[in-house]
Amino acid sequence: MCATCGCDTGATITMHEHGHQHDHSDHHLHEHSHKKVVDVEQDILHENNLLAERNRGYFDAKNILALNLVSSPGSGKTSLLEKTLTDLKGDLNFAVIEGDQQTTNDADRIHATGTKVVQINTGKGCHLDAHMVLHAVQGMKPVQDSVLFIENVGNLVCPAMFDLGEKERVVIISVTEGDDKPLKYPDMFHSSTLCIINKTDLLPYVPFDIEKVKANAKKINPALEIIELSCTSGEGLTTWYNWLKLKAVAAMPA
Amino acid sequence: MHELSVVMSIVDIALEQAAKKDAVIIDEIELDIGCLSTIEMNAFEFAWKQGVKRTILERAVKKVNRIKGKGHCSDCDHTFELENLYDACPFCGGYLIGITAGKELRVKSLVVS
Ligand SMILES: Nc1nc2c(ncn2[C@@H]2O[C@H](COP(=O)(O)OP(=O)(O)O)[C@@H](O)[C@H]2O)c(=O)[nH]1
Ligand SMILES: [Mg+2]
Ligand SMILES: [Zn+2]
Ligand SMILES: [Zn+2]
Ligand SMILES: [Zn+2]
Ligand SMILES: [Zn+2]
Ligand SMILES: [Zn+2]
Repeated sequence: MCATCGCDTGATITMHEHGHQHDHSDHHLHEHSHKKVVDVEQDILHENNLLAERNRGYFDAKNILALNLVSSPGSGKTSLLEKTLTDLKGDLNFAVIEGDQQTTNDADRIHATGTKVVQINTGKGCHLDAHMVLHAVQGMKPVQDSVLFIENVGNLVCPAMFDLGEKERVVIISVTEGDDKPLKYPDMFHSSTLCIINKTDLLPYVPFDIEKVKANAKKINPALEIIELSCTSGEGLTTWYNWLKLKAVAAMPA
Repeated sequence: MHELSVVMSIVDIALEQAAKKDAVIIDEIELDIGCLSTIEMNAFEFAWKQGVKRTILERAVKKVNRIKGKGHCSDCDHTFELENLYDACPFCGGYLIGITAGKELRVKSLVVS
């Protein structure tokens, strides 16, 4: 049990078979007479979803636009953040939560841009969950009227299942990854609101059918918005910035 | 391996329910796992073996109901079986499909003693 918020951290809990109160002489009687069927009907992700709603309520109350960035390792999540935090410094207030299994490299890269950043190391865990984000947010106290980026662990499978309380889920793929990504990882594309296709500067050098990717992504999620850009050349970044500013304005009523 | 976190959540739920009923052993557990729930069953079985060790579920018999995916097409109003999230509506070929079943991830019932 977590002392701060009363939520369960999911550690292995051991129970001794004789943990309850009764005289051992009646043990056998007890064992043979006590079988009960319990109708549970409980969502397994219930705990995560409750905490996610709690995060969402906090973000809404403080006019914080929270975005969950998901991708395979190396698609360019941190690069996109570095660019964005630097280029929009004067326009918006930012805070960043960095999810990584081991290192603090990405948090160091964000820190170098002068942005408030908290690192979550998940160890063996391959995704962030709402509980981790809750504590990260308690620690960093993002300011009112700001944009909170949450960089998830690089993985296109597991993070799809865990609502963090974000407003928008942004899935990033790069043109070096093969154009069957949406069909291989449909859940991520189904649960995202924006898809960024990064590294378009490399399009002349790789066999990546960008129209096919877009069509496949739209089959899974017809409402998905798609932005093509390159963090290296800067091409398309303005479209992303405009999208972000629009969402920020909507989250921060004057 | 989000399957392991799922197993740990199941252990939590089972423990909570058992405590409510003053039970110390769970003999059976019945789960609903939808075919579109992102659970990979081989990974789940592996995670189950690891995750229930030394917990109240260690010796429980596990029954899993796989629930087939179902979609409803907003274009033509048909309902149909949906195997993949990227499948088109078999009636009109459209993709504006709402998922009506297959996302389940639920502890349905327990037998405790
Ligand atoms: N050519 C090219 N390389 C990029 C681009 N964006 C990122 N990269 C490179 O891709 C690698 C992984 O980027 P990173 O931001 O760390 O990815 P993350 O794991 O998703 O956070 C780094 O070497 C980046 O320099 C891009 O637009 N074009
Ligand atoms: Mg990164
Ligand atoms: Zn906690
Ligand atoms: Zn006993
Ligand atoms: Zn996983
Ligand atoms: Zn995971
Ligand atoms: Zn149809």
